[in-house]
Amino acid sequence: MSAPENTIELNGLTKSFPGVRAVDGLTFAVRRGEIFGLVGPDGAGKTTTMRMLAGVMAPDQGSATVAGFDLARDAERAKHHISYMPQRFGLYEELTVDENIRFYADLFGVPRREREERSAELLKAAGMAEFRSRLAGKLSGGMKQKLGLVCALIHTPKVILLDEPTNGVDPVSRRDFWRILYTLLDQGVTILTTTAYLDEAERCHRVALLHEGRMLFCDTPANLKASLPGAVLSIVCADPRPVRDLLAGVEGISTVMIVGDGLHLVVRDPQRMIPELRSRIAAAGLPCDTIEQVAPSIEDLFVEAVQGDQANQGDQANHGDLADPGPGQRRDRGDER
Amino acid sequence: MINWNRLCAMARKEMIQIRRDARSIGIVIAMPIVMMFAFGYGVSFDMKHIPVYVYDQEKSQQSQDFLKRFQASVYFDVVKTVSSYPELVRAIDAGSCQIGIVVPPDFSKKLRSGQKVSVQAIFDGTDSNSASVGMSYTEAVAQAHSQQLQLEWLRGRGQGEVRLPLSVDARTWFNENLESMVTIVPGVVAMVMAVVGTFLTSLTVAREWERGTMEQLISTPVTPLEIMLGKLAPYVVIGLADTSLCAVMAVWWFGVPFRGHIWVFLLSTLLFLVVVLSLGYFFSVVAKTQLAASQVSLIATFLPAFLLSGFMYPIDQMPAVVRGITHAVPARYYMAILRNVFLKGSPVLTIWQDLAGLAIFATVLGLAATRVFRKKLT
Repeated sequence: MSAPENTIELNGLTKSFPGVRAVDGLTFAVRRGEIFGLVGPDGAGKTTTMRMLAGVMAPDQGSATVAGFDLARDAERAKHHISYMPQRFGLYEELTVDENIRFYADLFGVPRREREERSAELLKAAGMAEFRSRLAGKLSGGMKQKLGLVCALIHTPKVILLDEPTNGVDPVSRRDFWRILYTLLDQGVTILTTTAYLDEAERCHRVALLHEGRMLFCDTPANLKASLPGAVLSIVCADPRPVRDLLAGVEGISTVMIVGDGLHLVVRDPQRMIPELRSRIAAAGLPCDTIEQVAPSIEDLFVEAVQGDQANQGDQANHGDLADPGPGQRRDRGDER
Repeated sequence: MINWNRLCAMARKEMIQIRRDARSIGIVIAMPIVMMFAFGYGVSFDMKHIPVYVYDQEKSQQSQDFLKRFQASVYFDVVKTVSSYPELVRAIDAGSCQIGIVVPPDFSKKLRSGQKVSVQAIFDGTDSNSASVGMSYTEAVAQAHSQQLQLEWLRGRGQGEVRLPLSVDARTWFNENLESMVTIVPGVVAMVMAVVGTFLTSLTVAREWERGTMEQLISTPVTPLEIMLGKLAPYVVIGLADTSLCAVMAVWWFGVPFRGHIWVFLLSTLLFLVVVLSLGYFFSVVAKTQLAASQVSLIATFLPAFLLSGFMYPIDQMPAVVRGITHAVPARYYMAILRNVFLKGSPVLTIWQDLAGLAIFATVLGLAATRVFRKKLT
C-alpha cells in the first residue's frame, strides 16, 4: 500500500554483483511534486538504484513502487509513466534531433499533434530550436544531455529519473536544464536525480547521501547543514596542499579538504580554533590570507559523513576518494563552476 | 499484443540507421554483386586446359600422332616438350605442369610388332581431385588412340567395314553443357542470404548494447517482440531485394535458366530469411558485442552453408556421419530448392521435404529468437 502522496517508495531494496553489494537494503520515499537528490561517491549505488527504479534491472531483494506500480509485478506498466535518462547518452547518434524525438514519442504513443507542440516547446526551452535537423552525434555534450531530457519528457511522465543528468554539461545548458525541471515540478511531476555536483544537491527539496549501497542520511539541505557537528572554517590560500598536510590530524579538526580557493575545515570550536590555526600556519612559514567561519555546504557535510561512516566501519583500507581529505576527483569537478 | 505504432517506430529507426551507415549499405548493395561474380567465375570444377609437359623419347610419326591428341583436346594444354627426365621432374616440382607424358623410345617398333606399349603418365597428386580427373581424361585419350590404331590395323587386314558395337549417347539434363557455374550460381543466393541476413542482424542488437542506447530503449513500454520484429523488418525487405538482385543476375548475366515457379522461390526465400535473421538476432542478443556477434554468426551460418549444404560438395558423397549433420543445416534445404527452382523446375511435390525442413527450422528458430531477449540489464 503506497500512500498517495508518495510517488516513489523503496523498501529494503537490495542488489548485489559478484563481490560487491551495490545497493544494500535501501528504504526511502519521494513525495509527489518533489525533487529528490541522491548523492554519494562513485560506487555508492546511485546508478544501480536508478536502474532498478526505472525497471531496467531486477532487485535481488526488497520492493519498490513507482507511480503506484509495484515494480516486481508491473514494471512494464510503470514504464508508461516513467522517464529515465541513463548516465550514458542513450540516444541514436545517426538520427537527427527530430528523428530521436519522434522515435521516443512513438514508443510512448504520443499523438502527432501533441508531439509537435511539445517538442517545439521543449526544444525552445532547451535553446535547441535551430538544431532540429542536426544529427544527435554532432551535438555538443550539453546539447546531447538536453536532447536526452527532451526525449525523456516528450510523453509527459509522472516520474522522472535522472542519472547524473548534468555531468559534463556547460553552465548555460545546466541552467536551461534546471529551469525545465522546475517548470515540471509546478505541474506535479516527481523528480529523482543523482548528481555529482553538490551545489545541485542544494537545489533539491531533499537529499539522501548514499555510501556503499546504504543511506547515511536523508533530509532537506537546510536541516542537513544544521546537523553538522561543529562549524566550517574557510582558509583562503594560494597553495593549499602543504597547509592541508600541516593541519591533518590536529586535535579538534575532524575534516580538512581542498576547495576551489583554499581549504575547508570542520572544527568543533571555531572561536578557539581560528587563532590557533593562524599561529600554526605562520610557524610553518606558509602563506595564508584569511581564515573565517562560513556557512556549511552540503559538500562539507558529505565529506564529513562519508569519513565518519568509514571510521565507524573501521574500514580504513577501503578509502573512497571522497573520504580522503585530498583533492578528490568529484570535488575538483565541482570546483570548475 | 503487438503495438503497431511502436513496431513501425522501431523499423523506421532501424532503416534510418542502416541508410546512414556506410558499412551496412556497402554490405547490402555490394555483397550480392561481389559474391555472384566471385562464385560465378571464381569457383569452377570444370577441368580444362590442364598444363601438360611431354617427353617424347622416340620422336617418330606415330608418337607425334599420339601426342597430337592431347594438343587437340580442350582438357589439355601441351605447354612444352622436354628432352630429359630431370627436366620433367623439375617441371612437376615447380608446378609448371600437372601431367607429364613420357613416350618410350620403342613406341612405334612395339606397335608395329603388335606388342603392348606402355606410355607413362606422371600426375601431380597434391590436388587429388584434379589428379584423378586428369587421370581419367588421359586414359580416355589413350583409349581413343588405341581404338583408332585397332581400326586401322583391322582395315589393313582387309576388314573393310569395321563397326564399334557399343556407344553411349549421353544427354545431360538440367545443365546441358555440364558447366559447374550453372550449379554454383543458384546456390550463391543462399550464401548471400547467410552473409547479409545473419551478419547484418547480428550487429543490430549488439550495437545498442555497445553504444548504451539499449538502456534507454528498455526503459520505454516497447515489448521484446516489438523490438525484434521492428529490428528485423527492414532486413526482410533488404533480404528479398538482394535475393531478387541475385536471381536477376543469375538469369540475365550468367544465363542460368529459371524453370520453376517464382512463388516457390519467394516462399522458400522468405522461410530461409526467417532462419538467418533469427539466428543473427539470437547471436546479437546473446553476444552483446558487435565483434563477437558477427564472428559467431559467420561461423554458424556462412561456414555450414558453404561446406555442408551441398553448395560446394555433393551431400551424397559425404561420409554418413557428415551427411547426417547436413540435416541440421537449414541452408541444405534451401540449396536443394534453389537448384530445383532454377535448373529443374520439377513439380513442387518433389521438393516438399525440403520445403518442410526449411519451414520447421524457420518456426523453431523464429520462436527461439522471440524468447531470448530480456528487457533487463544484468
